[in-house]
Amino acid sequence: MNLKTILAGSTLLGLLASGGSVDRPLVAAVPASPERASFDAALVAKGAELAAVGNCRSCHTQPGGEPFAGGLPLSTLFGTIYSTNITPDPDTGIGRWTGEDFLRAMHDGVDRGGRQLYPAFPYDHFTRVTALDVAAIYAFIMTREPVRAETPPNRLRFPARFRPAIAVWKALYFEPGVYRPDRSKSAVWNRGAYLVDGLAHCGACHTPRNALGGENKRQDLGGGEAERWHASSLTETSPAPVPWSTDELYDYLRRGHEQRHGIAAGPMAPVVHNLSGAAEDDVRAIAVYVASRMQRPESARPGAADAAVATAKEREAGAVGGAAGGNATSTGDGASVFAGACAGCHGAPPASPSAAPVALGLTTSVNAPDPRNAIHIVLEGLWPEPGAKGALMPGFAGELTDRQVIALVDYLRARFTERPAWTDVPERVKEIRQAMQSER
Amino acid sequence: MIELNINGRTHAIDADPNTPLLYVLRDQLALSGAKFGCGLGQCGACTVMVDGQATFSCLTPISVLPGRRIKTVEGLGTIEQPGPLQRAFIDEQAAQCGYCIAGMIMRAQALLEKNPSPSDAEIRRHMMPNLCRCGTHMRILRAVRRAAERMRVTAARETQPPDS
Repeated sequence: MNLKTILAGSTLLGLLASGGSVDRPLVAAVPASPERASFDAALVAKGAELAAVGNCRSCHTQPGGEPFAGGLPLSTLFGTIYSTNITPDPDTGIGRWTGEDFLRAMHDGVDRGGRQLYPAFPYDHFTRVTALDVAAIYAFIMTREPVRAETPPNRLRFPARFRPAIAVWKALYFEPGVYRPDRSKSAVWNRGAYLVDGLAHCGACHTPRNALGGENKRQDLGGGEAERWHASSLTETSPAPVPWSTDELYDYLRRGHEQRHGIAAGPMAPVVHNLSGAAEDDVRAIAVYVASRMQRPESARPGAADAAVATAKEREAGAVGGAAGGNATSTGDGASVFAGACAGCHGAPPASPSAAPVALGLTTSVNAPDPRNAIHIVLEGLWPEPGAKGALMPGFAGELTDRQVIALVDYLRARFTERPAWTDVPERVKEIRQAMQSER
Repeated sequence: MIELNINGRTHAIDADPNTPLLYVLRDQLALSGAKFGCGLGQCGACTVMVDGQATFSCLTPISVLPGRRIKTVEGLGTIEQPGPLQRAFIDEQAAQCGYCIAGMIMRAQALLEKNPSPSDAEIRRHMMPNLCRCGTHMRILRAVRRAAERMRVTAARETQPPDS
């Protein structure tokens, strides 16, 4: 039994002895919401940029709902949690919260009434954010339009339903404290590390989690998951055939696509959509830090990237020529599906330069250790956010049967990469198909 | 030879298995409702239904279709007896040049077969892949709503006992 387990056990015993209440006093009622005009405009503007880095809007807004009014269901290991209304509505939002209440939620994971907050709200990262930055975010949030919207009750299993149990989770996995700079690194590197580990909470998806939902810090940013998508490794284990440079990461984070790596899709799409509103220097700092985490010996080898690009392009052109032959008549044949359904865009000369897709051999999804992103994109396609510019690929959920999708995905892996075949494609196709139907 | 089930009839097709369904419909079977727009799955003019789902026929090789049910706009009704969606598109005068309309109708048909009472937001989201360059989207949306209403009334009438 390690120290942490003992600590968690004694925390639980303490809670049971105290009847489950939290050892923090309830905050005295604040008569009214703070006046909008009481916030400094420059602070609000800074808060807007920081909130964009924090991706607050994505979780605290439901599809088609008012911004920040909450209600988005998040499926977790323990059941479904609904994101809360963080507009300044006094009754259903956080209109009565003071700056200190807000800071305590961000730093300690406790709400204004003293209740433990579920770590679906990533305070294990937000605790790294300085009080000054939290104050700016508070100013931004409190000057949004108040929206009256009750948060639906969570649907959780025991013991997660029992909020004091969160204290046990915290004892195990929560280390409070703001970011401590690494003096041996540059200021911009430290800014990036501060944002990535703190406000941007990249690890919430990109770090693998254990059975209790804690992040495995020994594999920090080593690849995790989000909403049935694989969140790629942001370390030297990144599957990208072309090593990411700082400039390429910056372009990807800022615009949502990068011609030698791929296109932001799934849960990453709203992240980059939000980052377009972040401060340019902050996005650059994130790119500097992540690029340094991804450094691997061959990154420095001259010509490695160009060689990877040349191979990928060659394979794509070859796939079109080769697969158009007459031997691909079986309906289950991935090469035949590719030739009929995919090759019109992937391999053919593009209709216009802007319509050129990323070469499949270069994409993170086809090179990833996990087939889910490739399956998602084959089935659902790529769609820009409504009203926004971006890559458009039609989904093939209607065109292809499960068997055909499996054959195609296996073919993509074998044809465009040198990596071992995926072994779990059939189960994953079934899972993702079911999830698509239930979301409809 | 590849056998295709289109609008309830079986057709034996002699073509390269990679041939897009759209070419077979238009060039071999004279079912010219579905149109060639972009050939890249970006506009929806070629939309038909496969096993109840709206599908870009320009990107669907016939090799993936044996054993599946294909429905085109010709399968919804005739000039004399248009189906509910066709009727609604005529009533709302939803076509300007008309090039996108067969695709629009087929995508809407797929929606209404699954969800007889879609909300406005659901109609908009579902119809998103299909484009109309004339800009008759508002009429198209009205036509889909009108068809949904008419189909619900008809369904209600059919489930009631005749003398009530």
